[in-house]
Amino acid sequence: MSQAIQPGGAPGVAAVPEAQPAPKQRGRFVKFMIRLVRERPLGAVGGLICVLLLLTGIFADVIAPEGYNAINPIDRLQPPSATYWFGTDQLGRDVFARIVHGARLSIIVAFAATTLSIVISALIGILSGYAGGRTDLTVQRFVDGWMCFPDLIILIVAVSVLGPGTWQVILVLGLLFGVAGSRIVRGAVLAAKENVYVHAARAIGASTPRILWYHILPNVIPPIIVLYTTRLAAVILAESGLSFLGLGIPPPAPSWGGMLSMDGRSYMFQAPWLAIIPGLALTVAVFGINMFGDALRDLLDPRMRGGGGRYVARVRKRAGGK
Amino acid sequence: MMFYFLRRLLALIPTLLIASVIAFCVVRLVPGDVLDLMLSQNAHSSGTIEDRAQLEKALGLDRPLYVQYFEWLGNVLRGDFGASLWRNIPVLEEVATRLPVTLELGVLALLLALLIGVPTGIYSAIRQETLGDHIGRSFSILALAIPNFWLGTLVVILPAIWWGWSPPNQIQPFFEAPIANLQVFFVPALILGASLSAVIMRMTRTMMLEVLRQDYIRTAWAKGLKERVIVLRHGLRNALIPVVTLVGIMVPILFSGTVIIEQIFRLPGMGQLLLEAVVNRDYPVITGIFLITGLLVMLVNLLVDLCYGYLDPKVRYDS
Repeated sequence: MSQAIQPGGAPGVAAVPEAQPAPKQRGRFVKFMIRLVRERPLGAVGGLICVLLLLTGIFADVIAPEGYNAINPIDRLQPPSATYWFGTDQLGRDVFARIVHGARLSIIVAFAATTLSIVISALIGILSGYAGGRTDLTVQRFVDGWMCFPDLIILIVAVSVLGPGTWQVILVLGLLFGVAGSRIVRGAVLAAKENVYVHAARAIGASTPRILWYHILPNVIPPIIVLYTTRLAAVILAESGLSFLGLGIPPPAPSWGGMLSMDGRSYMFQAPWLAIIPGLALTVAVFGINMFGDALRDLLDPRMRGGGGRYVARVRKRAGGK
Repeated sequence: MMFYFLRRLLALIPTLLIASVIAFCVVRLVPGDVLDLMLSQNAHSSGTIEDRAQLEKALGLDRPLYVQYFEWLGNVLRGDFGASLWRNIPVLEEVATRLPVTLELGVLALLLALLIGVPTGIYSAIRQETLGDHIGRSFSILALAIPNFWLGTLVVILPAIWWGWSPPNQIQPFFEAPIANLQVFFVPALILGASLSAVIMRMTRTMMLEVLRQDYIRTAWAKGLKERVIVLRHGLRNALIPVVTLVGIMVPILFSGTVIIEQIFRLPGMGQLLLEAVVNRDYPVITGIFLITGLLVMLVNLLVDLCYGYLDPKVRYDS
């Protein structure tokens, strides 16, 4: 277990083994996969969904070579069939192709916005937590002020300021989740700061950047990884919610949320698949990421595990087997 | 207790001031100017520079930002959030007509979520690893993954196709026609509360499992108390504190949800007002709603903190 807790082991099972000698890495990876399947079958299903989602996003051009905006007026509002697996929309565009390209869009937005948010969280959290004193107090009051606004309302207002568009949405989502996540990083920094080796490092005259990099940052990595996996799904949901309201990524981009938006509402009564398919894609993706993220967290970092075990049954048995 | 309450209330002030700066600045940075929009929609004006300057002056938008901010803040403190740029109705009045819809939706959703989440959570915990537990947990996993705007869209679309039924949206006053009123709000509130109930269920289950393994629970079993008493009186009360915290965290999320649900079911609440204001770049309305939701969230969090004292006698506010 101690092996698995190492910060490097967590971020992506696939990324780490590259740097290690071949026989050892395979053993560790396979062992991890076996544990995943045996202890967390739902997590394994989630992982499979994540892999499929990634592959769909990467090979979108191969799977649906005609692109997401091939308008074909003759075939408008066709129900699902052998030619059009998921039917067509009011412009005759293949819904399957739009879902496939929508996966790519979701992945790009999710990774870009989450990475940005983690960088912002780490910067604010580490600086505020390590500086302490008045700086910390001031920064935290701003974070308080920011946090009392509901997410979607900040998003709506901010997007209305920046205008709709993929990069604007990524920027706003990154900022929103970044500020919110800084609390968690700050908490970890406050705890790490009090370690004896940090005091020792300061006593021997180590510079602040050196202390931050070598002594504080490694302690902050585990919560950041957990934050990363939980944020991915949240970002996908937030983006689709914005696009649903018509304030996110503008058409004709194949955002899953945008495909469900009120603009297409009147067509959905004739063509219910237009309402069902994009939401299904979104639900499956979010489900997969959530399950995989939970399983990763439980397997990699036992400290984060929620309560469990079969204590009630045992207590009951002891109390007379009711 | 009273002293604690007052101190907490005072502590809200700096946060609220910072929040007001954020709200004011963010909204004033809008690039697509409200002036352009107003000029382009006004057929009589030719959109010349003179017209523009005149309008800018009339709306008070030509002065430096900080002057505008302090004037606005002074007015806000007197309860005057300014008037809508388009309709010339005071923002507070406009919000006051919309707020009840949003609040009823939110409160009803919260109640439904608690009514579903807490009992299923308890059941899941005391019957761990049984069929009921598995069904409850599967439901919560599903409810967490399904976005509320999809669920809402399906509820509007599918019954309309199958049975020609669509959710009513003629709002009756609650105190005059409670049943007709609830008919409008029940389905939207249920959809809004679905994911919340899943979160509450998971938290209740985890905390119950945690609490039920404590020594005093074993003592209670040994005393020969009934399971119902042990679970509800000794277990639930101790398990509820994190659930209450969760409710506090969920309030801003509920506000976010109402924007979407109001849009789907065409309910004339604050979310609808906000979306209209964003489209029209109606600064005073946007800042007003922004600040009022922020204030409401802060007050709810204060209430949640006060609830701890009631639930957990270990928490005292006197010191």
